[in-house]
Amino acid sequence: MALSASSGAPAHAPLVVRESTPAELLVRGAHVLDPRAGIDAPHDVLVRGGEIAEIAPPGSLSPPAGAEVIEGEGRHLLPGFVDPHVHLRTPGQEHKEDLDSGTRAAAAGGFVAVIAMPNTDPTVDSAPVLQSLREGARREARVPVGFLAAVTTGLAGDTLTEMAALRDAGALGFTDDGKPVHRAAMLRRALQYQRLCGGVLALHEEDPSLSGAGVMHEGEVSARLGLAGIPSISESTAIGRDAAIAGYEDGRIHIQHLSALESVAAVAEAKARGVRVSAEASPHHLALTDADVLASSLDTRLKMNPPLRGEADRQALIDGLRDGTIDCIATDHAPHAREEKEVPWEQAPMGTTGLETAFAAVHAELVVPGVLPLALVVEKLSAGAALFGLVAPRIAVGRPADLCLIDLAAEWEVGEAGYASRSENCCFAGRTLRGRVLATVAAGAVAYRERAFALSAA
Amino acid sequence: MRHLLSIEDLDRRGIERILDRAKSFTEVSEREVKKVPALRGRRVLNLFYEASTRTRSSFELAAKTLSAEVINFVSSGSAVEKGESLKDTVQTLSAYRPDLIVIRTPHVGAAGLVAGWTDAAVVNAGDGKHEHPTQALLDVYTLRERLGSLDGLKIWIVGDVLHSRVARSNILAFTLLGAKVTVCGPPTLIPRGVEALGCDVEYRLDRLAEADVVYALRMQRERMTDAYVPSLREYASVYQIDGRRLNARQVLMHPGPVNRGVELSAEVIDSPQAVIGQQVAAGVVVRMAVLYELLAGRTVPASAPSTPAKQLA
Repeated sequence: MALSASSGAPAHAPLVVRESTPAELLVRGAHVLDPRAGIDAPHDVLVRGGEIAEIAPPGSLSPPAGAEVIEGEGRHLLPGFVDPHVHLRTPGQEHKEDLDSGTRAAAAGGFVAVIAMPNTDPTVDSAPVLQSLREGARREARVPVGFLAAVTTGLAGDTLTEMAALRDAGALGFTDDGKPVHRAAMLRRALQYQRLCGGVLALHEEDPSLSGAGVMHEGEVSARLGLAGIPSISESTAIGRDAAIAGYEDGRIHIQHLSALESVAAVAEAKARGVRVSAEASPHHLALTDADVLASSLDTRLKMNPPLRGEADRQALIDGLRDGTIDCIATDHAPHAREEKEVPWEQAPMGTTGLETAFAAVHAELVVPGVLPLALVVEKLSAGAALFGLVAPRIAVGRPADLCLIDLAAEWEVGEAGYASRSENCCFAGRTLRGRVLATVAAGAVAYRERAFALSAA
Repeated sequence: MRHLLSIEDLDRRGIERILDRAKSFTEVSEREVKKVPALRGRRVLNLFYEASTRTRSSFELAAKTLSAEVINFVSSGSAVEKGESLKDTVQTLSAYRPDLIVIRTPHVGAAGLVAGWTDAAVVNAGDGKHEHPTQALLDVYTLRERLGSLDGLKIWIVGDVLHSRVARSNILAFTLLGAKVTVCGPPTLIPRGVEALGCDVEYRLDRLAEADVVYALRMQRERMTDAYVPSLREYASVYQIDGRRLNARQVLMHPGPVNRGVELSAEVIDSPQAVIGQQVAAGVVVRMAVLYELLAGRTVPASAPSTPAKQLA
């Protein structure tokens, strides 16, 4: 990952990663697919000193002394993915995840950069907390990590954080994720203040008075199960309000984890009006619905916020991804400990892990059946970078090596071989997905090798 | 059938088999010595996380009448109050080797979880607002006794459907036996999408006359504070089943306990059309039949409870 931002850059490099040996390797004969670079054909790709040194016809390059050779034939070499929405649970909830395990999971999923949310304990709402977190990432992170800081102190919604100081300390933007910025006036202040300090405002959209005590999507399944529902309008009305405020203040907002048909329409409308808004959708909302909750007999791994919704909602998200209303795919990777999830549905915390399954889930559920083209999915899996002012990975000579090597044909059962994440609350557990990440090179260093692949190469 | 977690665990024939057996058990209650040895040596564990009078006592009576040993476990004063998780409690109590666990909890799906954590058969005695299958079975039993077949009957379920596990189990059971169910109540207390269970929805009692059976639900006071309805007075004026609204041909049911003067007027509670007392009486024989169905002929589990494969394995 390029460790610089495009514009409005804070004083520090926006992403931090532990130091590691720059890769020297030759990936031979892989099908290189990079929609941004306009490449879609087999090539040899040579990485020297962590940078892409040469891209040449397959079989034409020979490895320099000391370089590792990776046989890529029959496999795909893609620009590494960038996830603008993960929970690394550090500081304070390291029993769920930490910087090492979370970035290990990211690398295992083909991600070369992630952006961590500030709803930790303590909350990332002051420069010292952010600085110490970045120090930790410099020691532990296997792939570059960026951080969003809180919009309001303690995510309480009452006072703005020192946004300028947080930007200077390296915050990529701001969010109260996990909660909405409930008071309209508070959001307006934050958007006004954005003119001073920059930084995207990433918004978890929900009207708490409409969500009430809801624990799943409101619809036929919640009616059948007797569970309190979270109506789609809880999300879409909040988006409508916030887009209006952002338009009025000419602020830059990013809508997190879209889940409902009405929400896609609200984002499309705002974009048509010229509001500076972007949006993300998660692999689980693109692949699963509340029917899967019913079929799972209330497996709490399928409980998250926003909830899995209906089939019409899922289709609207797919359409939104296709027509550009939705700018990127983000996992909302939200680890929880086993004992926290091993309780009745209503008591279980919201959240599913997602880093290790993101590509395979979207590939298996949407690309293999022909719903979305592979190139579009590849592009959307790293499009989150630019939305937060980062340079998106690109397979081009002279660029840092941010790559993932994938076997599109490989089928694997989620969870069968455990997880790189510290937590195992993956909503795709037990499903057979297609598409396996074999190796990840992040910021010029090898960050992951799939075990069997590493053994066969040795 | 290994567990009774939902009416969906049963088909029409299964329900009829249980009801026929329940009928055959009525004779036992009329004996001087009200006991048969059908489940001698079996252990039934009542695990109640919510207050309950009639459900718990009727399960206990049912088990004892069949000569099973009964252990009652109530959540107050127990390890639960000391922070023990449901899973740990169930696995601990499973060390007593119960053959069957009757569980009531305020949480949807909890009975299903328990079934994954124990080798015992599990009966759902109410899981949050989800289901209460033995209530539905005793209601169907009561109706069969009163009217014969349910085929073609029009049954109106009136009141707070949103918060009612009884309504959900009964919609499924009545429909399975050939009745046509209509739910009626304030729009704020009818769950969006409830038609998916196979019922019709009405918001007024105007067409109540077409019902053969009127099933009134309990209206809880806390629904007022949550602003689902403006006042009990307004609720009663629109939805109370009284002598004016109930005609002589109709059968009146209620799962109890009744809020006199709210969902039902005193005159109809005490009318010959009401079968509320019969419902309670049916509770014992129907639960005897359920216990018998799940335990008789079933071999005692040989192994200790294993870790569930399904949940977070």
